[in-house]
Amino acid sequence: MDISFALTGKGYVIVAADTTAAHSIIKVKLDEDKIKTLSPHLLMAYTGEPGDTVQFAEYIERNIRLYQIRNIYALRPPSAASWIRRSLADSLRSRKPYSVNLLLGGYDTSTHTPHLYWIDYLGTLASVPFAAHGYGSYFALSLLDRYHDPEASLEEGLATLRRCIDEVSKRLIVSPGKYKVKVVDKDGVRELDF
Amino acid sequence: MARRYDSRTTIFSPEGRLYQIEYAMEAISHAGTVLGVLAKDGIVLAAEKKVTGKLLDLSSAKQGGYGGSGEKIFLLNSNVVAGVAGITADANSLVNYARQAAQRHLYLYNEDIPVELLAQRLCDLKQGYTQYGGLRPFGVSLLYAGYDPHYHFQLYHSDPSGNYSGWKATCIGANNGTAQSLLKQEYKDDITMEDAIGLVLRVMSKTMDSTTLGSEKLEFATLTLDPATKTPKAKVYRPAEVDALLEKQGLGKKDEDTEMRAT
Repeated sequence: MDISFALTGKGYVIVAADTTAAHSIIKVKLDEDKIKTLSPHLLMAYTGEPGDTVQFAEYIERNIRLYQIRNIYALRPPSAASWIRRSLADSLRSRKPYSVNLLLGGYDTSTHTPHLYWIDYLGTLASVPFAAHGYGSYFALSLLDRYHDPEASLEEGLATLRRCIDEVSKRLIVSPGKYKVKVVDKDGVRELDF
Repeated sequence: MARRYDSRTTIFSPEGRLYQIEYAMEAISHAGTVLGVLAKDGIVLAAEKKVTGKLLDLSSAKQGGYGGSGEKIFLLNSNVVAGVAGITADANSLVNYARQAAQRHLYLYNEDIPVELLAQRLCDLKQGYTQYGGLRPFGVSLLYAGYDPHYHFQLYHSDPSGNYSGWKATCIGANNGTAQSLLKQEYKDDITMEDAIGLVLRVMSKTMDSTTLGSEKLEFATLTLDPATKTPKAKVYRPAEVDALLEKQGLGKKDEDTEMRAT
C-alpha cells in the first residue's frame, strides 16, 4: 500500500513517500520515515514488504557509509545505483529474497547533475526523469507525463508533486494522509514542510 | 655482510629497517627511467627501455598494440596508463592484478575505477609482502597516469614497500635524481600538454645513457580527454609514432646513427 514519488528538476531531485505504517488493514503508525539519507547527496525511498524494507535499507545505508569511510570519496549516484541494483539482483537469486522497491535520488557533485533511479525487487534499474512506486503510480505517471519539466525550479517541481498527491487523495480508496518530502541538490539533503 | 636480517622480507633489523625492501628499491634504481608529467589538460608518460641489443628481434613489437607498444608502458584500464620500473616479470604480474581489480570495480559499480583507488589496491598487495612474507617483495615501482571525475588528471607513484604518493611531475629508475631536479627547475603549474611532451622528451634525452633517442629505446604514452565525449583517452605510441614525435621535437636520430636503426 505504500506510495512513493520522485522527480528531477533544474539541479535537484525531490523524493516523497507516504508516512503510513500498516499491518493488515490497520494503520499502526502515521509518521514513519521511509526515505533514508545514504550519503550527503543521496536519498533512497523504500517500499515493499514491511521488515524487508527496513532490513535492506539499513544494509545499503551502512555499506554505502563503509565505502565512504574506506575510500577517499563517496560513491557517485550512478555507481551507488548499480551497486544497490546488484544487491537486489543477488538477493532475488538467494533462498529468501528481499521484496523491496526503491527510488534513488542523488546529486553528483563532480559533474553537477541530479540523478534519479527507479529500482524494483526484481533488480530492474532505470534512470528516469520522474518515477513512482505503489498504487500512486497509476495516477501520478500520467500527471508527471503532462507537467514534468526537467528545467523547472524547486517551487514548480513541488507544485507538480502537489498535483500527484492531490489526485491520489481524491481517487484512491486507501489513500494515505501524510507524506514526507525530501530534496537533494548541490547543498545536500534536506527535508521540506509540505 | 648483512646476512642475519635480510633473509626474510618480514624481519626488522636492530636499526628498524627491512633490508629486503631496501634491496628491492635498489633494484629499481638500476632499471630504465620512467618519467611522468601532469599537465592541465592531460598527462605524459615516457619510459626508457634498457636492454636493446643489435640482434634482438623487434619485429613483433613493431606494431605495438592497444595494451602497450612494448615492455614498460601498460594500459591498466580505459582511464589509467602505467609505466613500470624494475623487474619486468614482476611487473607483468602486477599489471595483470591491476587490470583485474579495475574490471572488478567496473562490474560492481559500473564506473571506471578512481585512480587513487587502483593505486591503493596494488599497494595493499605490495604491503602484504612486507608483513605476511613470501619469498621476496615485488621489485617494481609504478607510475600511474589516470583520470577520474573526482580529481580529474592525477599522477601517482608506488614503491615496493606499498607506499604511494601523488605528484605533479616525477621520475623513477636510473638517474631519477638528475631527472627530478631538472623537472623541479622546469615544471610550471598550468603547463599545457604540448609543453609537457617537450619537457618529458628533453629530460629523457638528458638522463638516458645513449646520445640519441629512438623508438627502440623509448616508450611513450599520453592520457587526454576526448573533446567529443569528455571521456579519458589513452594513447600508447607505436614505435613509428615515437620516431615521428622525436623528429617533430628536433630530437630525432641523425644520419650517422642509421646503423642503430632496427630494420
